[in-house]
Amino acid sequence: MNKRVQTVLLACVLYVAGIAAAQAQLTVDITKGNSSPIPIAIVPFSGEGLAVDVAQVVEGDLARSGRFAPLARAAQPQQPTQASQIDWPQWKLVKTDYLAIGRIRADGAGYVIEVELHNVLSGERVLGVSVNATGSGLRLSAHRIADLLYEKLIGVPGAFATRIAYVAVEGPVAARHWRLVVADSDGENPVTIVDSKQPLMSPSWSPDGTQLAYVSFEGRVSSVFVQSIQTGVRDRVSGRAGINGAPAWAPDGRRMALALSQPDGNVDVFVLDLETKALLRVTDDPAIDTEPCFSADGQSLYFTSDRAGRPQIYQIRLAPGERAKRLTFEGSYNARPRLSPDGKMLAVVTQDQGAYRIARVDIATGQSLVLTTGRLDESPTFAPNGQTVIYSARERGRGVLATVAIDSGVVTRITLASGDIRDPAWSPRL
Amino acid sequence: MNRLNVCTLAALVAVSFTLAGCPKKPTVKPNATDAQTVAQTGDSANTGRGSGADSNAVRPLTDTHGALPAGEGELGATIRFEYDSAEIKAEYQPIISSEGKQLAANRHLQLRLEGNTDERGSAEYNIALGERRAQAVKKALLLVGAIDSQLTTLSYGEERPLADGHDEAAWTQNRRVEIVVTAR
Repeated sequence: MNKRVQTVLLACVLYVAGIAAAQAQLTVDITKGNSSPIPIAIVPFSGEGLAVDVAQVVEGDLARSGRFAPLARAAQPQQPTQASQIDWPQWKLVKTDYLAIGRIRADGAGYVIEVELHNVLSGERVLGVSVNATGSGLRLSAHRIADLLYEKLIGVPGAFATRIAYVAVEGPVAARHWRLVVADSDGENPVTIVDSKQPLMSPSWSPDGTQLAYVSFEGRVSSVFVQSIQTGVRDRVSGRAGINGAPAWAPDGRRMALALSQPDGNVDVFVLDLETKALLRVTDDPAIDTEPCFSADGQSLYFTSDRAGRPQIYQIRLAPGERAKRLTFEGSYNARPRLSPDGKMLAVVTQDQGAYRIARVDIATGQSLVLTTGRLDESPTFAPNGQTVIYSARERGRGVLATVAIDSGVVTRITLASGDIRDPAWSPRL
Repeated sequence: MNRLNVCTLAALVAVSFTLAGCPKKPTVKPNATDAQTVAQTGDSANTGRGSGADSNAVRPLTDTHGALPAGEGELGATIRFEYDSAEIKAEYQPIISSEGKQLAANRHLQLRLEGNTDERGSAEYNIALGERRAQAVKKALLLVGAIDSQLTTLSYGEERPLADGHDEAAWTQNRRVEIVVTAR
């Protein structure tokens, strides 16, 4: 009887500890900025005082992209909400090129957010948008507004109204636990979708953004699951003896590339038809073949193989009798390819000056450019607008996520208050 | 005693993932497995922030084959490897021979060979490399008396380091195959 009470008490203590860990907040820092970011001011919108400071979310997004230098609120000379209230000379004095103002009003059960973007130098309104929001969707609407401002001023759509999946690892070595988390692109609204005492790894988004494939070691075997993010319902799509790993969806969402082992332990690349469950063997080589990803047309796979001695990136067409073609020749280690949205580039892990870093590889020429400067950078995936790559890094012993702009080298970092985060995967546009 | 342990573990698992405060009656699921899927029921279900307490449906996994009590398996010898290598060094041959003799003498003895790598490089490549190491140990054991049905392999890649550091000293410890006794 006493033992039972003790058990319940202990359970409660652990439960509280677990919630504390689950509440651990993410912080986002810009660690390396652009040399010439666009000076912009996002003044508080009228009708704020809601649960979400919409203008602040927009400002945070633009700042994190590294391409903008938002003027701090305290330094804003005035906070107009209508174009007629703008005191242009004052804004010229503080050297702001663009000024965003906005209004939020209730509309039925939700809100309408109107935002205007003004060019301070010309006095011209360059963008006017109206975005509907539900009460619980204010943050998402704020990210949509940031996407529109980004597109207007940079020329490509932003990727703020998206989500990231990642694995959080907490606890000491002997009592680790793993959580698969889905959060907004700014790290807010983290939701744990799987919690395990065995490793979780390799999350991969379905092309429609509704499902995640991942590897779980529950039961001390590796399996690939596909789980609906909304309902939590999941399906073990691969649970063969040996390794079931490295899931990557085809662009059509009906097939999935996987790495599976043979009875002798050798790992090869396969394509699983998710509807018929038919399994197509793609590679058959005594070397390690793993980490597949589909080409843009869904007709071939890029993958890692050490068939030449060290890991390098190869491409193979999905047709009988095709042979793999080696793509990377620069550096002694290139692995884990992920395709850019335009299908022309791969983000890979490369060995550079004794460190593991993220590089982009031009598929047509094989030319490689190292993007990061860390020591243990891993797991790159592109943002859906192709402008940045998110990856995992290690800083002072902690696992953190970082993004790097593919052309400017701007780096931002996402850190969990305690424990490691790793294996990020950027969602498609939602 | 064994039953109590299972119940305790199950209670901890169940309670840890319930978001509704300390339950008066902890849900004890004797078949609780290592992982819990946290089902989402819309905006309010947010385990990350502990909100939406009662709307969180917690579903046990349909999978049942992994219901192992804590401390399952008994760690035997550990064999260490060089960087990006699955070659068993000569210094480990006495361990292999000794394990092989025991396996030949007791056909009920079963081992799980758990391959691990250091943290460097890509995670899925390291899964394959860990498996290659586990298979190398399996092959060596088959040569000295083991039979296939006594040995299973599992690769954790870089996911289960033994040493938490991020330098050569930790990496040396982490590149290993752990021999785990699962039945005797």
